[in-house]
Amino acid sequence: MADLRVNLCGVELKNPVIGASGTFGYGREYNEFFPVSRMGGVSCKGTTLEERMGNPPPRVAETPAGMLNAVGLQNPGVKRFILEGIPWLKKQGTAVIANVAGSSVDDYREIVEILSDTDVDMIEVNISCPNVKAGGVQFGTTCAGAQEVTRAVRGVSRKPLMIKLTPNVTDIAEIAAAVEAEGADCVSLINTLLGMRIDIHTRRPVLHNNTGGLSGPAVLPVAVRMVWQVASRVKIPVVGMGGIAKWQDAVEMMLAGASAVQIGAANFTDPFTPVKVLEGLEQYLDDNGIERVGDIVGKVKPW
Amino acid sequence: MKYLQEICPVLKKKRLTAAAYDVTVAAPQMAALAKTGQFAQIRCEGFSLRRPISICDMDPQKGTLRFVFEVRGEGTAWMATVEEGETLDILGPLGRGFEITDGAKRAVFVGGGIGTPPLLSGARVYGKNATVILGFRTADAVILADDFEKAGARVMLSTDDGTAGHPGMVTDLLLERLGQGPCDVIYACGPKPMLKAVAGLALERGIPCKVSLEERMACGVGACLGCACKTKTPKGGERYAQVCKNGPVFDAKEVVW
Repeated sequence: MADLRVNLCGVELKNPVIGASGTFGYGREYNEFFPVSRMGGVSCKGTTLEERMGNPPPRVAETPAGMLNAVGLQNPGVKRFILEGIPWLKKQGTAVIANVAGSSVDDYREIVEILSDTDVDMIEVNISCPNVKAGGVQFGTTCAGAQEVTRAVRGVSRKPLMIKLTPNVTDIAEIAAAVEAEGADCVSLINTLLGMRIDIHTRRPVLHNNTGGLSGPAVLPVAVRMVWQVASRVKIPVVGMGGIAKWQDAVEMMLAGASAVQIGAANFTDPFTPVKVLEGLEQYLDDNGIERVGDIVGKVKPW
Repeated sequence: MKYLQEICPVLKKKRLTAAAYDVTVAAPQMAALAKTGQFAQIRCEGFSLRRPISICDMDPQKGTLRFVFEVRGEGTAWMATVEEGETLDILGPLGRGFEITDGAKRAVFVGGGIGTPPLLSGARVYGKNATVILGFRTADAVILADDFEKAGARVMLSTDDGTAGHPGMVTDLLLERLGQGPCDVIYACGPKPMLKAVAGLALERGIPCKVSLEERMACGVGACLGCACKTKTPKGGERYAQVCKNGPVFDAKEVVW
């Protein structure tokens, strides 16, 4: 049996499969399908300092081989996340990753400082939410902005920091290098691609927010490409996500350079996707005589 | 709450109208748990998002669930191609259904169009104490009226174009029914404007009213917050509740219309 453990900037994950933020709640709902202790980690729903109502519905739409969402960071605020989200998940035996967003550098600094005193294993800093005016993406699309947030949170964080990057930029590797230079422990990518659908009968955008984030199998090749570009550029670990729906996709993402993967939209199509990915990944490693899952990371052989 | 996934053989399929289909599947575990007003998430081949479909009826003895759905888009169009002997991948039973408290009370069920199906199993509990008011666009779109009669309920029918039953709206019939005698509770499912009107009439008369809402949905279990409905908080504020987990049935007083 292959060793599936992954050491992600000092945090030991029992395997490289993580539930992606915004698709997995705080883990409770999916625990009704299978024990979330099977997961390497859970990246919790994005948290802000204060409660946020989120966007008016409709918030989701089907797209060819994927979906759009514009939930708008609905969350109960960091205080209730600490009281209601962390304790239960921490007991399940999976790595707890907090995901934070803010509308100012001070917001980011404050929330990371608060979460540094909790039991979370890692903090994912979302500078890439496309669905709220002040959800961080204004920081994530420029090197200067990404650096400014990273510097601020680095100064106060006593937890490993994972910066979540947006694909809606010209050169994502440049942004990754910028946050690495400011002390990010790892990066995760990709957040959703900005998209839009229109109802041809009402002439209204399907989403009330007009635009939303595209995820699902449609974005997999874009994500693999970006993970490859980033992994080729930076030395810190890369966590890959975007369109992973089966174990083969996870292997592809890891070959491109991802040390671990996050699974998002595929949970909606099949809630057992993480378990199936894990089982397939383990079988692949065994079939190929690979002892440790880490041995395939970045092992793509480019032409 | 335990969520189940079953690969369910289609036992019976019938086309009810130009757009509506009636499908019974074998789903022994879910049939044992399902309650009136709950729904299921049905996977549609080639699509990322499952389609939330209300459970029309359940038979725990036979281990079957019945769904009546309308072809509205590409997902439901695919569902309509699944034939007897083939299977559907179903998650369920999901959400908070109608609290069917006491069959001895006098209940009024109001269903509009494809909002009609989830009321059937509830009407059966009330039997002759149930008045079922159904509204459709036209006579050709009428579904389930016979089933409600078989359940023992008094059925009042309306169509927008007057081709069957009362020409006009379900609220006309609701007013007529409320004028005829006491009503202890109203259960409603249908288009939002209809629900709002029904809720308004119930509120004016102080009759408890439960409404089943629909919204575009992703996970179906409360994890993604994709389906939102604005509701009132106990402290007088407003928030977005999740239709899949906090609903689909809400107290009409709770909903911000």
